[in-house]
Amino acid sequence: MRVTLQLILKRMAAAALTLLLVSIIIFTITSLLPGDAAQAALGQNATAAAVAALRARLGLDQPVLWRYLHWLGGLLTGHPGYSYSNGLPVSAIISKRLPQSLLLAAATTVVSVPFALTLGILAAMYRGSWLDRALSTTTLAMVAVPEFLVATAGVLIFAVKLQWLSALTFVLDHPTPLEFLRSYALPVLSLCFVVTAQMARMTRAAVIDQLSQPYAEMAALKGVGSARVVLTHALPNAVGPIANAIALSLSYLLGGTIIVETIFDYPGLARLMVDAVSYRDMPLLQACAMIFLAAYLGLVLIADICAIVSNPKLRRP
Amino acid sequence: MNSPATPKARSELAASPGWLSPARWRRRRNALPASGRIGLALVLFWALLALLGPWVIPHPPGAVVSTTVFAPMSLRFPLGTDYLGRDMLSRILIGARYTVGLALAAAVAASATGTVLGLLAAISGRWVDELLSRLLDALICIPSMIFALIMVAVFGSSLPILLLTAALGYVAGAFRIARSLAVNLSVSDYVEAARVRGEGRLHIACVEILPNMVHPMLADFGLRFMFIVLMLSGLSFLGLGVQPPAADLGSLIRENLSGLGDGAAAVLLPAIAVATLTIGVNLLIDGLADHGRPEGGGGKA
Repeated sequence: MRVTLQLILKRMAAAALTLLLVSIIIFTITSLLPGDAAQAALGQNATAAAVAALRARLGLDQPVLWRYLHWLGGLLTGHPGYSYSNGLPVSAIISKRLPQSLLLAAATTVVSVPFALTLGILAAMYRGSWLDRALSTTTLAMVAVPEFLVATAGVLIFAVKLQWLSALTFVLDHPTPLEFLRSYALPVLSLCFVVTAQMARMTRAAVIDQLSQPYAEMAALKGVGSARVVLTHALPNAVGPIANAIALSLSYLLGGTIIVETIFDYPGLARLMVDAVSYRDMPLLQACAMIFLAAYLGLVLIADICAIVSNPKLRRP
Repeated sequence: MNSPATPKARSELAASPGWLSPARWRRRRNALPASGRIGLALVLFWALLALLGPWVIPHPPGAVVSTTVFAPMSLRFPLGTDYLGRDMLSRILIGARYTVGLALAAAVAASATGTVLGLLAAISGRWVDELLSRLLDALICIPSMIFALIMVAVFGSSLPILLLTAALGYVAGAFRIARSLAVNLSVSDYVEAARVRGEGRLHIACVEILPNMVHPMLADFGLRFMFIVLMLSGLSFLGLGVQPPAADLGSLIRENLSGLGDGAAAVLLPAIAVATLTIGVNLLIDGLADHGRPEGGGGKA
């Protein structure tokens, strides 16, 4: 138990270190902005005095290292500066959008994970059958389909032709379950489409990997049915790789949400980030990017920990 | 093609995923499964269109040639017209040229840089290896789309910046694979033999190790190309990629999004074009690979 704990703490420290490195990369790139943020904000006709005043207010006259530390400190204490475009605190803007994105991500997870696991396990159980081959070809193709095709096709079929669902997501204060379903179905399904394929493929691979182990063969020779071999023998051992598959696929959601939130005009964090790019609103962009990266690294860390806890071999010092 | 130095090396290498000896490679290609053949056909189709585009377009891609917007398919406009009345066939042909060309250049840049750096890390001392690995490991933790958004916000979205962004965003993955291949190869017998013979590091890297990395890196290159196509067209779809008047397939979808309500061909066709291209590449790679794709070759490889 102590070894496990130590190992987990070590992984967490490594993740924190990576996050720090990544923050340096992000900050370095965003400080490379050609020209000056103050000049860009005020335009060509601004007087030198006005530019100097804004530079001082934004802290751009400080050395880079100091600015980085200041920014990092601000991030850690929840005050990552003020938006360039409207002067509001970045934390206030983000705290309004973050719950919406989390809701979308949660809904996608709840729908896609059980579905993908079922598909993957079924494909592994009936390996080589028509079901397996059909699943493997479809999921292979699904991985390669761009999100915007899925989303636009979804809008065309369900919102325009059939008029079952709404093409834009309206966030209502107190939606009835039906309203909630109508307005969230399309974005959630578009995201699921992309994520499920990956997760199912990787789940199938993890279970099949276990089935090729001697113990699975032994169980089969003993006369255990194929369903039982998969469910009671292979599956518990595949938990680590499957958790890994889930975390990796969900982290893929990050890229997907950027497209999907834009198509459905969904007021989430990814949409906010795209807007920040258009307005070149660096503080907002930096903060959004760091949230996404923290989420990504967090998912990978959770997968790592699941693997450590489920697989005693990894605990051997 | 490059043949490995000794039969012994061959058997050692055969264990590494994706590697096929030249003879087996040839047999594989003959025995390409049906899905792989479909993939090959799709890839060849798009490569040909991108190559011949400017010589076969019926109308200039930027010219408004019809008074009807979102015109249906007709003899004069085989794929209809777009939201301004421009010929869709011409725009898709030129758009495919942008998408394929840009993604191909970026994928080549990423794979080549990754291979060179991976080789360098494997044959140089500990320090270089550690430094390169740490740096690129941090880079791999940034999802490519997020990285692209940051780059575009800072440097704008000219073609060179898009190329650089895509290449930088995917170089870390190529490096990781190249490094592990090179590290595995650098302890093989024939490399040891070369070392004993007194060959220089450069000779060992270029003559002994590199030729044996080619096949696995090619498979990886295909996947990388596919993800770059998806990323670049996603970026253009957001309006942050290729800027008007030029248009790649992603921009074409964005421009014509207002026609979605009527199910206009102008918005569906470019989307289908991207999908057939990426699906084609994916099917082809899957057909060529020995045991399908390695696990974890997911969204951000």
